[in-house]
Parts: sequence; structure tokens; C-alpha cells
Amino acid sequence: MVDVAALPDALEEVAPPASRHGAAAWGSWLLRRLGLAVLTLWLVSVLVFVATTALGDPVRAILGKDYGSDKARVAELEAQLHLDQSPVTRYLHWLGGLLTGDPGSSIASQRPVSELVGANVVNTLVLVLLAAIVMIPVAFGIAMISANFRRRRPDTVIQTVMLAMAALPEFVIGILLVAVFSTTVLHVLPAVTLSAPGVHPWNDPKTMIMPVATLVLAVAPYVSRIVRATLLEVLDSDYVELARLKGIPESVVMRKHALLNAIVPGIQVIALQLAWLAGGVVLVEKVFNYPGVGNQLVDSVNNHDVPMVQALSMIIAGVYVVVNLVADLLSILLTPRARTAISS
Amino acid sequence: MTTTADAAPTPLAATRTPSAWQKALKQKRFVAGSVITLLVALFAVFGPFLAPHGENEVVGTPFSSAGPLGTDYLGQDVLSRLMYGGLEILVIALLATVFSTVLGTLIGVVAAYGGGWWDEVIMRLNDVMLAFPQILLSLVVLTAVNQPKAWMLVVLVGLSNAPRTARIARGVALGLVSRDFVHAAEALGERRSRIILAEVLPNMNAPLLAEAGLRLTFSITLVAAIGFLGFTTDPGAANWGQMISENRLAMSTQAWGVLAPVLIIAVFTIGTNLMADGIAQVNQRGGD
Repeated sequence: MVDVAALPDALEEVAPPASRHGAAAWGSWLLRRLGLAVLTLWLVSVLVFVATTALGDPVRAILGKDYGSDKARVAELEAQLHLDQSPVTRYLHWLGGLLTGDPGSSIASQRPVSELVGANVVNTLVLVLLAAIVMIPVAFGIAMISANFRRRRPDTVIQTVMLAMAALPEFVIGILLVAVFSTTVLHVLPAVTLSAPGVHPWNDPKTMIMPVATLVLAVAPYVSRIVRATLLEVLDSDYVELARLKGIPESVVMRKHALLNAIVPGIQVIALQLAWLAGGVVLVEKVFNYPGVGNQLVDSVNNHDVPMVQALSMIIAGVYVVVNLVADLLSILLTPRARTAISS
Repeated sequence: MTTTADAAPTPLAATRTPSAWQKALKQKRFVAGSVITLLVALFAVFGPFLAPHGENEVVGTPFSSAGPLGTDYLGQDVLSRLMYGGLEILVIALLATVFSTVLGTLIGVVAAYGGGWWDEVIMRLNDVMLAFPQILLSLVVLTAVNQPKAWMLVVLVGLSNAPRTARIARGVALGLVSRDFVHAAEALGERRSRIILAEVLPNMNAPLLAEAGLRLTFSITLVAAIGFLGFTTDPGAANWGQMISENRLAMSTQAWGVLAPVLIIAVFTIGTNLMADGIAQVNQRGGD
């Protein structure tokens, strides 16, 4: 499942500064955007901290039934989580640690969080990047085919299939792929990623196929639906009509006049979907036991490993914010109207 | 499920302009989606009464082929577990959708009607919530909780959906708050809360209904996903999401234990999504 409801309007934030020009205007726009990103991350950190430590009792959750009997362990955990201090002190201490690159150590394994997380971050980023590289041409291709047959039977069929696929939760897609390609129907691909600690999963490329395919199938329907809608809008415009009347072949019209104009909305929805992937990988990694941050996050939540969960959720939220920032920047750079609005 | 049914047309009106309900009935997607949704919902609601075996009744050896869909990891009947396992997901998802729609609409309308500073602060906080992948919010809170209660899941799923509804609601309300009938009510000295409740909200029904349909799909997905990740209110109870991970080990020998819950979740979400899309399309063509 992918969320598409919240398409940010890139033009919304652009208030043309009246007197400044060029570089200065760009600088102030960029500063404002960066400031907002930092503010967002700070508020997210407050939310993460409150949710993990203040809403429930982590020590009670970790020990379960032993909470009443094992006083020594309770004291030990409380000391490790600094529960004797006030929440504000603990938060500031944690935030300071995050900013200096020391997010504490894991409760489950007693090793530093940064050491445990490092390799998994790389694994997840590679997975998401591969999914994006495959997804973009697939989504644009489907959108172009669909727009070519606009409102005729193939278009309707493609759109209904896309709508149905968009409804499927990512773990459902993943399990169905497993059933088809590795257990029930065929036995051609490995059902789970089995890699030794310290070895990256792409050393065995076969294990990457299904996680990447799952992410592509989960995301491509949204992107292709938006791109198709934009293509149709452009194909109805006057200048496309003029190009056709001039006798330009339909394939050139599609490529040069329509597709180029569909790229900016495309970038926005792709960015949103990439940002969404930061959360969506949690389930996909769990399905395939892929050694990434999502899988690690679920395990940490199961272990009630508060420092790990805090660090991993900040990483995921950070990726989300950065991707959105880059998308805003790209879509403004690619839209002449917005570009002039900023620098004039 | 069929919330649009309340707009039952009178025979007289039907001959002049087709009502929203009649237009919806002409939408193939809406009809197909509603029928699928209704069938799965009926299966989930009446399943526990019709199930051939009990929820935790052992009917054979684990992962055997006894019964129509075989047995699961403890030797329980998969079909019976399937019939028991939908009700909780359905109820939690429905309540979460209602919760998120009410909360999101209120946030959006207050932001739009309040304007200025209110709007800026509320929507900025809303963006922070949006910067949080949906599943993450639930996971973060579940860290400090040993065994989630049903109401917690409702609140968590609702809260992670509300910012999305709020965005839509604000957009719709912004187009309404500057209209004449709102200014007229203000000139008459109506209270602000009354203007929101009596003037603005009733005009937002149609887009909010489409949004709620979309939210229902996401809620079902999220509730099932939380179960799939192993966080359930009662580990022994049947739950479509949990069944997938319980029986995952024997997928190559007893595939139904996994495929049955996967397929029913797939059919359910496809149904609700088609229904939501149908409602949205009726709204778009509402003018003609």
C-alpha cells in the first residue's frame, strides 16, 4: 500500500521576494527550506522520544513477567536508560548523543547502536535505489502505453489493473511472489535472503530480485496513474494540437511535447513514493528477511530495545525528509515558471 | 460499508436528475468494489458462527491436509481460523477510519477556518506527522508496550491516517470558508463552532466520503500489517495478518495456511479501493 493523497504543492512555498535578485533569492529560499527540514526533524525526534519512553514503561515491557521478581535487573535497566533523571534531561542527553553520532548502545546486545546499524543502512539504501531505478522506466512506460490508448479498452483494462494493484499491501505482494516463484508454483528464486553477517546481500544477486520486484510492484501503479493523468492533460492542450496540425508524427508529439511536461509531476510523485519506501521497506524486508533497517527495526520493537528503535526511526524519518527536500528542489529547477518566481 | 445508501432517491427526483446514489450504481468500479467489500465483511462477521471447528481446536497434526484448507502450525483448521480471524481486523479498521476521518476533518476545517497563524502552526505540525511513515508510528509506540490493546491499535492507526485526511479536508474547506453563505452566517453573529458544524461541514460530505473510503483501505492494510509483524491483542486468537507469519515456515508444503489469509486480505483491499475510487469518480462528475 502506498500513500498518494498528499501531493505537496511545490509552488505553495514560493513567495517571490520583491527586491532581491538571483543568488540571494535562491539562497534565502534554500535556507528557509533547510530550516523547515531541520524543524521537522526536531519535532519528529520529540515525537519518537515521547512515544518510546513516556507513553509506556520500557523496563516493564522488556522484563515482562519478571518485572516484579528481578529487582536487580530492573535497577540495572533503569540505570542504562537513565530513568532516574527527568524526561527533559534524558531527551537532551539523547539528542546530544544523536547529533554527535553516539545514539547510545543496544539493550539486547549491549553493543553501540551505530556499530549495529551501519551495514543495514547501506543494505536498505541499495534496495530502495535499485527499486527506484527499475520502477521509473516501468511506470512511465505503462503510463505512455495507457495514454496512447486513452479511454479505449486497453486503457480501461490497464487502469483497473493498476487500481487493484495499488490496493494490495506490500507484504501481500511479497508473499504472492514467494508463492509463485519459490514455493508453490515454481522453484527458481530463493524465498528469503540468507546472508552471513557482514556480507552484503547483493553478493548473491538472485536474492535481490524478489525484494526489488515487490517494491516496484507496490509503487509503480501510483506513479503510472499520476503520469498518465498528466499526459492526458497535456495531450489535450493547444500546443499539442498545433504540433499535430503541423504534421509532426504522433510518437514525436508523445515524446517531446507530452512526456517532457509530465516529468515534473512525475518527479514529485516519485519522490513521495521513494519517501514512502523508507517506511514500506519495513514490511518487505520482514517478508524476505532482508538484512536492512526495517527488519532490524521490527526485531528491536519486539525486543523493546528502546535505543535501537529511537535511532532507526530517526534514520527512516531523516531519509523521508531529505528525499522530499531534494524533490522540491528538482521540481522547482525543472519548472521555468517556478524558477523565475524565485529569482525575480 | 455502503454509507452512500442513506441518499435513497425518491421516485419523483429519480425521473429528473439522477441522485448521487444512482450515479454511483452506474459506476462499474463502485458496484464491483462494494459487492466484494460487502462479501468479505459478511464473511468476517458471520464466519465465527459458521466455522466448522473452534478457533483454537486442534483437528490434526500440524501442517497436514485435513479439512478443506488443511491445518496450521498447531494443527488447527485453517478454514475455521480464517473465518474467525477477520472480525477483529474489520472492526479495528472501521473504528480507526471513523476516528481518523472525524479527527482529520476537525483539524483541517479549524486550520482552514481559523486561517493565518492557526493555519500555519496546525499544518506545520501536520506535516511533521506526514513525515512519519504510517507503520513507523505504530512500531515506535508498540516498543514500550507489552501487549497492545484493541483501542491502542484503533488510536494508532487512526492517528497515522488523520494527517492525510486533514490535508484533504483543509483543501476542501478553504474553498468554502470564503463563500457567501459563510460570510452571511458570520454577519448574523453565529458562533464560530456553529458555523463550522452547520455551514462548512455539511458541504464537505462528498469529498470526505471518498477520502474515508481510501482511509479504510489503508487502515485494513495497516492493521493486517501490524498483525503480520507479530503485534496482536491476543497471540492465541486467529488474525489474518498473524496467520501469515505463523504458517510461513511450511509454505512449501502447506501453502493454504499462508495463501488463504493473503488472498482474503488482497481481495478485501482491492474491494475497498475500487469502492473508494468509484465514490471519487462520482464526485468528480457530480456537476454534469
